[in-house]
Amino acid sequence: MRWIEVAGALGMTAVAAGLQQSPPAPQLPQAPGMPSVPAPAPPVVQPPRFVVVVDAAHGGDDTGARLSGGVLEKTITLGLAARLRSTLHARGIEVVTTRQADLNLPPVSRAETANEARGAACLVIHATATGSGVHLFTSSLTPTANARFLAWQTAQSAYVTQSLKLESEIDSALAHAAIPVTLGRASVEPMDSLTCPEVAVEVAPLVGGHVTTAKPVTDAGYQAAVANAVAAALEQWRSDWKQ
Amino acid sequence: MISRIIPRVQKYIFFAMVVACVAMAAYLIRLRNRAQDRLQAQSTRAPTEIAETAASAPKTVTLYVPNDLDDSLTAVEWSIPMPADRNAQARVLLESLMEAYRAPDSTHPMNVTTGIDDVYFLPAPQGKRQSGDKGELAVIDLSGALVAAQPSGIEPETLTLLSMMETLHANLPAVTEVHFLVDGQPRETLAGHADLMRTYLAAEGESQGGGGR
Repeated sequence: MRWIEVAGALGMTAVAAGLQQSPPAPQLPQAPGMPSVPAPAPPVVQPPRFVVVVDAAHGGDDTGARLSGGVLEKTITLGLAARLRSTLHARGIEVVTTRQADLNLPPVSRAETANEARGAACLVIHATATGSGVHLFTSSLTPTANARFLAWQTAQSAYVTQSLKLESEIDSALAHAAIPVTLGRASVEPMDSLTCPEVAVEVAPLVGGHVTTAKPVTDAGYQAAVANAVAAALEQWRSDWKQ
Repeated sequence: MISRIIPRVQKYIFFAMVVACVAMAAYLIRLRNRAQDRLQAQSTRAPTEIAETAASAPKTVTLYVPNDLDDSLTAVEWSIPMPADRNAQARVLLESLMEAYRAPDSTHPMNVTTGIDDVYFLPAPQGKRQSGDKGELAVIDLSGALVAAQPSGIEPETLTLLSMMETLHANLPAVTEVHFLVDGQPRETLAGHADLMRTYLAAEGESQGGGGR
């Protein structure tokens, strides 16, 4: 069985706490007539980096679903990921993407990229022709306590509680943008192996209703609205994720 | 000459072993014949059981029908003839679910005629069982036709799996875990998303019940 060592956010917090609680430097006795030497400045504690990992699902031979007009899911997810990346950059948020081209990328490589980045949030982008609005999914694993070593296949279990909070933030932001949302739990690669708060964002066409106009997944305006809402949620998450 | 060289005791042991070998061979041949008779009896009984299935009285069962628009499962009661055999019962339940998918006003439309190849039951792995709980693992062998008809996406694939698991658990409560095969073989995903390599808890839908707004 493969294991992953978690030394990310929790480890950094512990180090920071240790530095803050270190005893003050002892005062040396001053010789009379000598100028006083200023005490060394306390070490500056760097706050943990806020990095968002964006994984455009599928790619290469793995085309994903076939959407309206024959468009492939892998193309939509790549476009949405790029749109989200630029929207987040514009808000001053650092982004790591798992792929920026149409290439074969196994789930293990995606999880490795995300885990090495030590993301404060990980988003897995999908698209489907079924349903309406945006479907948000978190891992179906049972939450467990955080540990130094986590089994690769179930590493997400230590982050499920945080993932549900992140899902709630995105849900609120999408509702604010008048985009219908459904919430669920699912078992989809590589979600269960990620060591970060993660949400799978599956974009479906908008079905026309009382407050919504029918729009396909390929609609640029619809994609922009989804990207802006998700970016707003992540901006809010930046101040909430350590609580 | 030889009879003088070999001691009498060894001669007796040799003849005793020859007799034992012959007796064991006769016993094994008899066991094999019995097993053949049993298999023949089962194969001749099977058509009778199928005939019983067709003639059995209708029973009210609960089917969990998915709704793609709000990511939910709705409990629907159907009255269908249920066979006595548990494997056949599971197949009838799941085929009824396929019928609900095929309905013109379906909330989870799928054009599939025969979605289930077979259903097997095994004792649930000890490690996952609670003390005293005699759970069963249901292995659902899906047909390639169902996989071909399944719309691709996290939501539609997850709903298909949850509806099957919930339907089995509701009508056959001993089923606590479910594993899926496709055409008798393990498969990574249903249609590119939902994981089929893991074993699911049959009541997973109760805790995972999504929902829209």
